Amino acid sequence: MIELDDVDRMLLRELACDAGQTAGALGRKVDLSQPATWRRIERLKGLGVIAGRRLELDREKLGFGVAVFLGIKLATKGRVSLDDFERAVCAIPEVQTVEHVLGMYDYRLRVVARDIADFERVLRRRIMTLPGVGDVEANVLLSEERVAGPLG
Amino acid sequence: MLDDTDRRILRFYQADPGLTAAQLAAQAGLATATCWRRVERMIENGVIRGNRAVIDWRALGYEVEVSLRISLDKTNSRAFDEFIAEARSVPDVIEIQTFLGRVDVRLSVIARDMAHYQDIYRKRILSLPHISDIEALMHVARIKSDETLPL
Repeated sequence: MIELDDVDRMLLRELACDAGQTAGALGRKVDLSQPATWRRIERLKGLGVIAGRRLELDREKLGFGVAVFLGIKLATKGRVSLDDFERAVCAIPEVQTVEHVLGMYDYRLRVVARDIADFERVLRRRIMTLPGVGDVEANVLLSEERVAGPLG
Repeated sequence: MLDDTDRRILRFYQADPGLTAAQLAAQAGLATATCWRRVERMIENGVIRGNRAVIDWRALGYEVEVSLRISLDKTNSRAFDEFIAEARSVPDVIEIQTFLGRVDVRLSVIARDMAHYQDIYRKRILSLPHISDIEALMHVARIKSDETLPL
């Protein structure tokens, strides 16, 4: 397991808020030199702790008024049907995330749409026609927040 | 408001948020200064909320991720606010979402292993206020997670 110290945790917290900060600016916040800060960030990247970046956009300002989480149960199971389902679902542009889960559903999807009518179109034309799709449950997202978790 | 050029910039930028200003401009077919002015305007008016590092909790030794779907006791008008305020103080919760539907709130909880999860669940989750029902979905794999918008 990877050991992090307080400085690593502070750097991760900072980068999770704003990944565009320079090593110099970050170094001043954690009281380290620019090269030392850079080395720590490179180490965290090398270890895979920093897996990449995400651009967070205001979906409503971009015209996507609705985000819905779908719980999907497959009607038929078997390796082929999982592969087929995953390939087809990942190709739908309105589907933002696909998670394979264990429990009362097999997959959890995050879907965006312009409005409820548009969501209905995506659901009928794209989701309900996926290979092997069975039971579907929809929950409309009202609010969401990401918290620092164990870094906090 | 946004025009087609802004949308084009966002399409490239969200596909690779690690691009430098010059790289992004080249992909969008714009001069660097023009492109970055547009990016800055979108940051100012809140279209771009942030460019964030994605942390891989598994690499940090958190092998277990559970999605807890929670129904709250809606006879209490303070249930949502009080529940969420308390949930924020649980260090193993990384995401809090509220819904309209069969589920009221969803928490993403991470743990080092099943024993650790069991401990968090008993000590920190079940003690949260106003819970009427909990269902758990255990996370197996992320198949798609880019979270890009179809611009």
